[in-house]
Amino acid sequence: MPFLFTAEKKVQLLWCTITISMSLDTSAIRRQFPALQQQINGHPLVYLDSAATAQVPMAVLEAMSECERHDRGNPHRGMHVLAERATEKFESARKTVAEFIGAATHEIIFTRNATESLNIVAKSWGKQNVKKGDVVALTLLEHHSAIVPWLQHKEDIGIEIAWVGIDETGMPRMEELEELLKAGKTKMVCITGQSNVLGVRPPLKDIIKTAHASGALVTVDATQLIAHHPVDVADLDCDFLVFSGHKLYGPTGIGVLYGKRKLLEAMPPFLGGGGMIGNVTKTGFTAADIPQKFEAGTPPLAQAVGLAATIDWISQYPWKDIEAHETKLIRAAVTALADIPDLKFLPNFARDKVPQAGALLSGCISFIIRGSHPHDLTDVLGNRGICLRAGHHCCQPLHDHLNIPASTRVSVGIYNTEDEVTLLVRAIDEALKTLA
Amino acid sequence: MDLYAENILEHYRNPRGKGTIVPTDWHVTHAEQNPSCGDELTIAFTITNGVMTDVTWEGSGCAISQAGMSILAEELVGKTSNDIERMTKNDMYALLGVPVGPRRFKCALLGLHTLKNALRKHAGKTPQSWIDTVELADQ
Repeated sequence: MPFLFTAEKKVQLLWCTITISMSLDTSAIRRQFPALQQQINGHPLVYLDSAATAQVPMAVLEAMSECERHDRGNPHRGMHVLAERATEKFESARKTVAEFIGAATHEIIFTRNATESLNIVAKSWGKQNVKKGDVVALTLLEHHSAIVPWLQHKEDIGIEIAWVGIDETGMPRMEELEELLKAGKTKMVCITGQSNVLGVRPPLKDIIKTAHASGALVTVDATQLIAHHPVDVADLDCDFLVFSGHKLYGPTGIGVLYGKRKLLEAMPPFLGGGGMIGNVTKTGFTAADIPQKFEAGTPPLAQAVGLAATIDWISQYPWKDIEAHETKLIRAAVTALADIPDLKFLPNFARDKVPQAGALLSGCISFIIRGSHPHDLTDVLGNRGICLRAGHHCCQPLHDHLNIPASTRVSVGIYNTEDEVTLLVRAIDEALKTLA
Repeated sequence: MDLYAENILEHYRNPRGKGTIVPTDWHVTHAEQNPSCGDELTIAFTITNGVMTDVTWEGSGCAISQAGMSILAEELVGKTSNDIERMTKNDMYALLGVPVGPRRFKCALLGLHTLKNALRKHAGKTPQSWIDTVELADQ
C-alpha cells in the first residue's frame, strides 16, 4: 500500500505540473482585447482571422497612446526634450525587437510591413547581387510579397525564378531544392517559416544549411511564425528575416527587416530621403550607416513603441503554453470540421487523410466545401459575427497548384477558445443550409 | 549637470590645438562628419615610433562636437597608438564630464570617431563605422 500511495501522489503531482505549465488563462487574456468584447448583429464576435491581422491588447494601445500624448517628437531630428524622448523610445523599441529574435540592435530595420521588408531584400540586395540568368528559389508556400518583387526582377533584368514543389502534407520537397541548388545558379532562397494557408512549418535550419552549402543566401518570411513560435536568427543562421507588427498582436504600419550586418552594410539604400543620408550636395549624397540607411523619412514612432509593447506583452506567456493552447484549438477545429459532409482540407483533399495539428500544422487550417464558394460562406458567417478569411490568401501559385480558385481559412491566436470552434462549426452547418 | 557646462562653452569659445591644416605638413589627415548637426572635424597628426608627437585639427559645428575635439586634443600628445585604440566612448564621456543623451552622442563622439579612423588610415586599415565607435563598445 505505501508503494501505491507514492505512485498515486506522483501521478497527481505530474498532473498538476502539466496543468499549470500547459494552460493559459484564456478568459483573462480575452479581457485584455477590447475588440473581442463586441457583438455583431447580436452574436458574440468569433475572431478566427488572426493570420490576416491579430487583435491588439490594451497594454499595446496604452503604450502607443502614452507615446502620442507625451513623447511625440521626431526621432533623430531635433535637440529638444520631446525629440530626445522620441529618439529614446524609438531606439529602445529597436533593442526590444533585436533581443526578441536574437539579433544585434543595428541589424534591425523598421519598415512599414513585412512586404516592404521583402521588397528591400529584393530591390536593394537583389539589385546589387542578382544578374540575368541567376536563379531565385521560391517554394509554392510563399506569399505574393515574397514572389512579386522577384518577378519584377524577372521582367526587368531577366533573372530566373525556380519553384520548389510541396508534398502531399504541404511540406516543401527538399530533394527538389537540393537538386536545384546543385546547379549552382541559385543566389537566394525565400522560405516561409509557417505557411499562411496550410499551417505547415518547413524545416528552416535544414533549408538554410543546405542553401549555404551551395553559396545561396536565405530569406525567411516569419510573418506567420513570429506569433506562434520562438524565432532566433542567430540559431537559424538565416541571412534575412522579415515580419510585421500586426500579426503579433501589435500595430499595423510597422514591419521589421533583420539582416546580417555585413550584408546590410554592403547594400545600397532602398528609399532616398531624410534620415538615411550621411551628406548631401547638389551633385550627390552618401548614405548613413545601418540601420538608418534603410529608414528614409520620419519613422513610425508610436508603432515602434507599440511593437515593443506587444513583444513585452507576449513575452509574459511561455511559448510552450501558447503552442500547446493553439495546437489544442487547431486539433479541435480539424476534428469538428471533418464531420461536415463535402468539406475537404488542403492540401490533399482526402477525407481519410485529415491533417494533424502540432506535428504538421500550426496557426491555421484551410478547406473547401463542395458547392459553397468561400466568399459566400464567409460572408454569411461574417453576418453571424464569425470572422474567417476566404480567397487565395495572397498565395495564388499554391492555389493554382492545388487546382482550386480559393479556399476558406480558420486561423487561431492566443485568445481563441474551443467554444469558439464549436460556434464556428455550428454556424457553418447553418450557413450551408442557407447557401444550399 | 547641464550639457552646456562652463567648461564645454569655454573650450567652444577658445578651442585648443585648432589650426589650419596643410596636409603635406602631417603624417596623417582624416575628416569625419556628423550629419545630424552638420558637424565636421579634420584631424592631422605626426606619429613617431607609435607615439603622437604633434596634433592639430580644424572643424565647424555644434559646441559639443567642437569642445569635445578641443578637450580630446589636449590629451593626445605623448599617447601611443595602442592607448588610442583602447579609448572607448566612456573615456570620451569622462573627458567631457557632462551627461550625453541619445540625441547628442554623435556630437560628443565625433572627435574620438575621427581620431580612431585617422589612426586606422595611418595603419592602412579600412575606417570603422559609427556602430563600432558607439554600439559595440557597450557589448
